[in-house]
Amino acid sequence: MGSSSLHISLRPLPTLLLVAALVLLPVGLTAVDQPFYIVLASRVLIYALIASSLNVLIGYGGMVSLGHACFIGAGAYTAAVLVRAGLDSAWLTWPAAALAGGILAAMIGVVALRTRGVYFIMITLAFAQMAYYVVVSLRVLGGDDGLTLPHRAGYGFGLDPRADMTFYYAVLGIVLLLMAGLRQLLNAPLGRALQAIRDNDTRMEAIGFPVFRIQLAGFVVAGAAAGLGGSLLADLNQQVSPSLLHWTQSGTLMVMVILGGVGRFLGGVLGAAVLLLVQELLSDVTTHTALGIGLVLLAVVLFAPAGIAGLWRQVAR
Amino acid sequence: MTVPPSLQVGGLRKRFGGVTAIDDASLTVASGELHALIGPNGAGKTTFIQLVSGAERADAGRIDLDGVAIGGLPMHRRVALGLARSFQVSSVFPAFTVLENVALAIQARGRARCAVWRPVVTQAAWFDEAGRVLDDVGLGARSDIIAGALSHGERRRLEIALTVATGARLLLLDEPLAGLGPDESARVVDLLRTFKGRTSILLVEHDMDAVFRLADRISVLVYGRVIATGAPADIRAHPDVRRAYLGESAA
Amino acid sequence: MPLALIIEQALNGLQLGLMLFLLAAGLTLVFGIMDMINLAHGSLYMIGAYLAATVAEASGSFVAAIAAAVGGTAVIGMVLERTILRPLYRRSHLHQVLATFALILIANELVRIIWGAQPVALNMPAVLSGPVELAPGLRYPAYRLVVIGVGLAAALLLYVVVAHTRVGMWLRAGASDREMASAMGVNTAWLFTAAFGAGAALCAVAGALLGPLLAVQVGMGENILILAFVVIVIGGIGSVRGALVGALLVGILDTVGRTLLPAVFRALAPPAVASEAGPALASILIYVLMAAVLYFRPRGLFPARG
Repeated sequence: MGSSSLHISLRPLPTLLLVAALVLLPVGLTAVDQPFYIVLASRVLIYALIASSLNVLIGYGGMVSLGHACFIGAGAYTAAVLVRAGLDSAWLTWPAAALAGGILAAMIGVVALRTRGVYFIMITLAFAQMAYYVVVSLRVLGGDDGLTLPHRAGYGFGLDPRADMTFYYAVLGIVLLLMAGLRQLLNAPLGRALQAIRDNDTRMEAIGFPVFRIQLAGFVVAGAAAGLGGSLLADLNQQVSPSLLHWTQSGTLMVMVILGGVGRFLGGVLGAAVLLLVQELLSDVTTHTALGIGLVLLAVVLFAPAGIAGLWRQVAR
Repeated sequence: MTVPPSLQVGGLRKRFGGVTAIDDASLTVASGELHALIGPNGAGKTTFIQLVSGAERADAGRIDLDGVAIGGLPMHRRVALGLARSFQVSSVFPAFTVLENVALAIQARGRARCAVWRPVVTQAAWFDEAGRVLDDVGLGARSDIIAGALSHGERRRLEIALTVATGARLLLLDEPLAGLGPDESARVVDLLRTFKGRTSILLVEHDMDAVFRLADRISVLVYGRVIATGAPADIRAHPDVRRAYLGESAA
Repeated sequence: MPLALIIEQALNGLQLGLMLFLLAAGLTLVFGIMDMINLAHGSLYMIGAYLAATVAEASGSFVAAIAAAVGGTAVIGMVLERTILRPLYRRSHLHQVLATFALILIANELVRIIWGAQPVALNMPAVLSGPVELAPGLRYPAYRLVVIGVGLAAALLLYVVVAHTRVGMWLRAGASDREMASAMGVNTAWLFTAAFGAGAALCAVAGALLGPLLAVQVGMGENILILAFVVIVIGGIGSVRGALVGALLVGILDTVGRTLLPAVFRALAPPAVASEAGPALASILIYVLMAAVLYFRPRGLFPARG
């Protein structure tokens, strides 16, 4: 049964090459005297993780959530509060952030997943806005200005998170681990059930799957992964602000997912890389990057909705 | 010690807004019986299935499966207890292969149905069992075809396969012959005949030929109420039934 | 809590609610009939406000400004519908979200390029800039009263059209079952364009009227768009009546809540808690309402579809 198209298989050689490239990247960048790009690479990796978590929700689960940013915010603020309080071990902030994202996802999912179609989309948006307003209006969370982190969370073992290269490798490790975990989940019965529910939830209920529970599980996993990504963002920027939860963040994430390819395993990764790199390049040329992105997005939706991964598949055929 | 009836429905009622779709309907399906439910269009047959399967909550009445009350249970719990329905309009997973479709129903049965680690493709037992069900319905040769590419008749058979693969002992079949030509109809009728005895079936059908060939007993639903129940010959001769239903299409 | 203040806040709530209704009515019909998510609806509101500001500045006449805003935005809306939005009707909601999100990005940047990043001034007519004495001791801004008046007139007009004209019947039929309506001979293409144009016109009215009260700036559409979504979710998609009920609920609850809740907290809780919790809770009140409504009625209070 190994040749099913539903099974996400990674061809060993290309995968190994990609991982090797990612591992050697900072060394290479330092060698050509462009260490600044190590930070950009870290940012790309973090958004690759977050966009992948959204891809699990939208592409594999069929749950079009417009409020994913609030899980990022939950994780980011949790990490920030912990670090500021002196509990600054990453081995604490990472799981705490994931837990925060997961719990928020459970709370929102319990209400939102009772609805379908456009209602679901709008409710996720509204709840995310609600989270945004809560964060903005609480002075203990810094209000409009947010919070700064005195330093990045520490890893122990004598490693210094202030070094961009060390931070990069920590991020890379987490992202690789999580992507492997997501792949395992999607190939497992739960992942198969999620995709089947996306295709025909009525039939799934009729053959005996507890649809609501399964979707909630998927929602929580995605929220937890996004929360973890949030804590990495907090470390990266050494600050958190309400803008992390703004719905335009959710929109940007969706752009990444569709750019890369909805429902393709590496769609989130591809989309994050392309969008962030394009933004980086464009920002040297103009301040109106949003216009370019809007036009590209519109073109993609209208003419190439399968995204880059889809185009690649067409070319490869 | 008597075996409780597979299905016992008493005093079922359901309103949608101003319309009373099911109006004090009662019927019993004995264990191993093939019980047909017939009636004019709009009589409420599909609604009846919706209520018994759990897709809709009844306003009043009792639904017992093998003697156990299931009226308050959500649909997936009823499936776990041994009740499954098929759909009048084939409801399959068009992007999955035929084998993967049925394997889903097998997956739903076990404790590992929502496991998070072992890949589905390694669960050989699920696919073996799915293959057996597909052979039973005559789709064995089409296992690796994407379900969306099936012909109408093949899709109807996949629909039945999905329902059977749940392992349910009571099948609610909603017009399984809908849209089938004479050859395919005959095939499905033969298939249903093989189920008699091992599973109980509540069969909703318009094809009177098939109904009278298969049914052990027939109930007639008119305006949401069961107006008659009995052996096929008795139903055929029943004056109320002739008037309400068979009289329209000279039986 | 003086009665005058409560009444004033209630009137403000009514005013906000009616303006929200203007936005929500067009939005809910588009959802209901075309089954399409349109995030760019807020951009039409923004364009209406900017057009009004520009014409008001150039001509000095507020009435001309509103007329220009309505006409211009309606045209833009209908052109948008025929070109970009029509291919999206048969696409998935995800694609609709993304495409209209792209429109927001484009619209915001174009406005920024044309008018600049700073807010633009839209002044209310001088004659309306003073207060009106509604009752001894109760004074209320004349302009806001006019806004309420226009809002009520628009609501009445919409009610008459939707409930008592043939076009309205087509709209309601389309919202309730689009395929059926099309099968019964309703010219859906023309209906869609007209409905969209009307929705755009309503947005422009709201944008022009609220311009003097809120800031006319880039991104103004998004904040009110989300409120409009909450309204529609509460009211039920496809239902104009639901949009009105939802809008009034949201408008009044939000406005009165922002005054009342902090006051209640100040009276009952220690100051450290009250100064934070009151405003925080007030800002999320309408979302709590939405969650509560959805928990019991996942399709809103008056869903158009069965």
